[in-house]
This record gives sequence, structure tokens and C-alpha cells, in this order.
Amino acid sequence: MESNAGIVIDRAGVQRVYPVLRAIVSFSRRKPLGAIGAAAMAFFVIIAIAAEIISPHDARKLNAEYVFAPPSSDRLLGGDSVGRDVLSRLIFGSRVSLGVGLASVAIGISLGALLGIVSAYLGGLFDLLVQRVVDAFLAFPAIILGLTIVAVLGSSVFNVILALVFVLTPGSVRTARSQALAIKEMDYVLAARAVGADSFRIVMKHLVPNCMAIFIILFTITLGLAIIVESSLSFLGVGVPPNVPSWGGMLSEAGAGNFDRAPWLAIVPGVAISSVVFAVNFLGDALRDVLDPRLRMG
Amino acid sequence: MTVYALKRLLLFIPTLIIVSFVIFGVMRVIPGDPALLVLVGDQGEGSYTQEEYDEVKRKLGLDKPLVHQYVIWIGRVLKLEFGSSFFYHNLTVATELKARLPVTAQLAIMAVVISFVIAVPLGVLSAVRQDTWFDYVSKAITISGVAMPTFWVGILIVFFSARFFDYLPPLRYADLWEHPWNNLQQMIFPALALAFNNMAFTARVTRSSMLEVLREDYIRTARSKGLVEMVVVFRHALKNSFLPVITVSAWQFSRLIGGAVIIEVIFQVPGVGRLLIESVLRRDLDFVQSIILVTAGLVLVVNLVTDLCYGWLNPRVRYA
Repeated sequence: MESNAGIVIDRAGVQRVYPVLRAIVSFSRRKPLGAIGAAAMAFFVIIAIAAEIISPHDARKLNAEYVFAPPSSDRLLGGDSVGRDVLSRLIFGSRVSLGVGLASVAIGISLGALLGIVSAYLGGLFDLLVQRVVDAFLAFPAIILGLTIVAVLGSSVFNVILALVFVLTPGSVRTARSQALAIKEMDYVLAARAVGADSFRIVMKHLVPNCMAIFIILFTITLGLAIIVESSLSFLGVGVPPNVPSWGGMLSEAGAGNFDRAPWLAIVPGVAISSVVFAVNFLGDALRDVLDPRLRMG
Repeated sequence: MTVYALKRLLLFIPTLIIVSFVIFGVMRVIPGDPALLVLVGDQGEGSYTQEEYDEVKRKLGLDKPLVHQYVIWIGRVLKLEFGSSFFYHNLTVATELKARLPVTAQLAIMAVVISFVIAVPLGVLSAVRQDTWFDYVSKAITISGVAMPTFWVGILIVFFSARFFDYLPPLRYADLWEHPWNNLQQMIFPALALAFNNMAFTARVTRSSMLEVLREDYIRTARSKGLVEMVVVFRHALKNSFLPVITVSAWQFSRLIGGAVIIEVIFQVPGVGRLLIESVLRRDLDFVQSIILVTAGLVLVVNLVTDLCYGWLNPRVRYA
């Protein structure tokens, strides 16, 4: 570290940041679509975090003057059936879509990956049992399972996240397990066992870190599914409570009869959902190609 | 093969039993009191007396121990008595399912047919013309098919078909056998909406499977002996690349059923999906758990048949 006229330059810090920057630049060169997806996701996350600052109006305030108001300079995306500002609702709705999506995927994938790795490592009866339970869960269509769980628990943001964890975990158990089965046979695992490492150490220090690539890929691929299921549940009226602005809820409020009068009500939230899923998928595909080309499919 | 088929069949039964555990667990064990939900709804408003509460519990059979409840339920299911509505006593699950399963089946079959009719030529052409403008356009279509949620596609189709074809979701559903023409007119738009997602997926699989086969030696042989390109593509390449397309599409069955639930709500098609939503919204437990059991069972059967067919058609597959 050297000090020069009050400016402190942290050389070690610069050197630590530099490879990260270089990795980002080389990723964008190799996978421009993936980089666009990542940038779009960053954009949506910033909007969701800064919703209070960015949104031009109160997302919940009814205003008789703006019922079905067409887009104007004051209301950029117009008003809905009770005169609330569509743009503000869209901005606050991103909190539900991204928040619920990210939280449920983070919990579901971590749980699933850990269970899959342990199941692959232990093998035997435990593995057989876990796989049958996974089979059973995968037999339920995602929307039907989510719908039932939220219906039994009642509508709330927390319950939607819980339902999505149940929907997302089984698939990731299966993927992580197949990856871990291959890694388990590697020589370095044998070496670790030879020097006397116990099972906990082998799982935590060898299997988990080597499944990291698949974890990141699973994360992005699953996030799209989570966002679609969440918005579908909100659309069906069993997702987040109706007073919380959400993209799925906005689409169900748009109503079939109002399309001629206010087409933006049915188009704007749908475009928002699709662009987030687009962005996530682009990012996921690119990450998959870069991190693990063997997984290429479709 | 026989060993594989037997093994696969043997695994089917415990899986089905675990499915019933999962359904029962979700409905009874996770926190949340179904009796309370029936009485006051999920927002928690409404009042009731202790007697009413006990009465509801008794009617739902919730006063007995869990194991006892499970045995009663499974015993009835095995006799195909799925129970009746808690609210409408003349409504039994079995008769409702019998009336509505064919409707959903018709919707699903129409959607699958539509998606294959569009997806296979799209996939084949974009593989043959890889990296041309056609390939890029078809890629854009398939990516939107994956990214656009089914319910939004449904809403857009309702709106645009109302505008351009004077179509409105029907108030009365026409029976396929009594009024076939009316029925097809009513079902074509929901089937299109449901097909979109499936179509995108099938086109993607067809394309990648075709690309793989087109690189095989026997394709080069076929070309070098002077066969017309059409014959090479359709008789040699497509035939050989079709197996993964069919199996992977069959694994999408579960997603198709999930989509059907949403499409039936939007287009007011009186199928199993709408029955499920109606039962969920009025907290009709017997209905909900039986419908889920039937759909999950169907998914398992379809997957089983797919796996067996795959093993039969492709003897090269090694079974783990």
C-alpha cells in the first residue's frame, strides 16, 4: 500500500479485483448473449431493490382520474382498472418475482444439491429411498404441487417460497446426485480416504466444491421455472396475497373484458415476466457452455 | 430387457405409494388446519363456535389418528371411491372425474398433435439449414415459447382471437360426440395456447437430435450413393432422430398437465384442471387430494410406458 498526496492505492486489492474483471470481459466476448442476460438480470435486481426510490407514484393508491388512463407523460404505462399507476406496480412487482424466485431457488437448490451429494456418497438403502421420494415428487406437475401446498397453507409470500422449495428441490437432487456419482469415483476422493479423511470431510471438502459448477448452472436454469410458477400461482389467485403487487396478479386483474380499452394492462406485465425469464435463460445457457460443456443439450 | 422391464415395474409400485404419502402429508401434516381453513378462509376472517369446529373435524375425518385416516383414504381409493364434495353432497369425485378426464385428455391430445405438426418441420428445417436466417427465426420462436408463461400466451390468444375471429370463451361447453364441429371450434384456441410451450420444446429437441444424426457416417453414405436430399433427410435422418424426440416429449407430459390447469381456467374448459382449481378455492379436500393422486398416477404411468417403449425400441441403451 502506498500513500500519495492523500490518495491511498490498495495494490493488493487492485490485483484481487483484476482477474475478476478480466473474467467478466472474456465471458462477454465469448458469450455476448449470456452477458446481455447477466446485465438485464442486474438491471432487474437494481430496480427491485430501489423500488421505493424509482417508482414515480404510490403503487397502491387508487385514483379515479386515472382509471384505464392510456400511457402519458405523467403515467408512463397508464392506469389500471382502479386507477393505480401501472409502472409503479410493475416496479414493485419485480420484488415479488425476483425476491420469491431467488429465495426459493437458493433454498431449494442448496437443499437439493446437498441431499443429492449425500445420497450419491452414501449409496445403498438411503440412496434408494431418497431416489424413490424424488421420483414421487417429480410425478406432480410443478404448478399442481405448488397450488396445493399454498392452498393448504394459505396465501402469503413466505408460503409461496415454501411451496416453490418443494417444487424445485427434487429435480436438483437428481442432477446433483448424478454429478456426485461421477466425482465420487475420482482418484482424489480415493486419496483423501487413503489419508484417513472421514465421510463428512470428503463430502464437504471434495464433493461439494466440485459440484459448484453444476450448482451455478442449476441456479440459473431453475430460476426461470421458479419465476414462471410463482407468477402462475399469483395469476390463479393462490399466490401472494392480492394486496401485494405482483406481475401474475396484475395479469389476472387485467381481465378479459378490458383488452380493447386498455391493452397495455395485459401486455406490460407479461413482457416483464418473459424478459426476466429470457435473461435468466440466456445467462444459464452461456454459463453451462462455459462451466461444463458436457452438459450441453437442446 | 425383461430384467429391465421387471425392475422398472417393481420401482413403480413403491413410487406410487410414496406419492400417496406425499399427498396425504401435504394435506394433513404440514402446519395449517384444514378444518379451520374450511370455516374461516385463508385471510382468517369469520367466526365459528367450538361445536361447529368439532363437527367439521368429524366430517373431514380429522378427529381420528393420522395412520387411521390414511388407511381409510387408501382403502376407499383402491375401491375407486374417491369420496364426495364436502359442500355439495350429490357431487362425488368419481362421477366428476369421469365427466372431466376426457375433456382434459382431448385438450392434451390436440395440443400434442398441434405442437408436433409445427415443431417437427421447424426443427428439421432449422437443423438442415443450420445458422441461416431460418434457423435464427425458429430459434427466436422456440426461445419465446420457453420464456413466455403459458397463462400469458393464453390471455393473448383469448384477446386476439376475440378481436379477429369473434371468439369468446364459451358459456356452455359442446360435447365432442354430440356436436363435434362446435366442440372443435371451442377447443382449437385453448389447444393452440397449450401447444405453444410444448412446441418450442419439441422443436429444440428435434433440431439438436437431427444435427447429431446428420453428422453420422450413414448419412454421408446415403448422400454419396446419390440419394436425393429429401430422401436423405426424411427417410434416413428424421427416422433415426425421432426416438429421442418422442421420449423427451413424453417426459414433458407432467408439464403439459400443469399447463392444462391454467389453460382450462382461462378458456373456461370444463376439464380436470378447472375442477382442481374450483376445489382448491372452495377447500374441498377430498376432491383436491383425489385429483392430484389421479394426475400424479397418470404421469407415472406415462413415464413408465415411455421408458419401456424406449428400452424396446432402442436395445443399445444400457440400464443402470
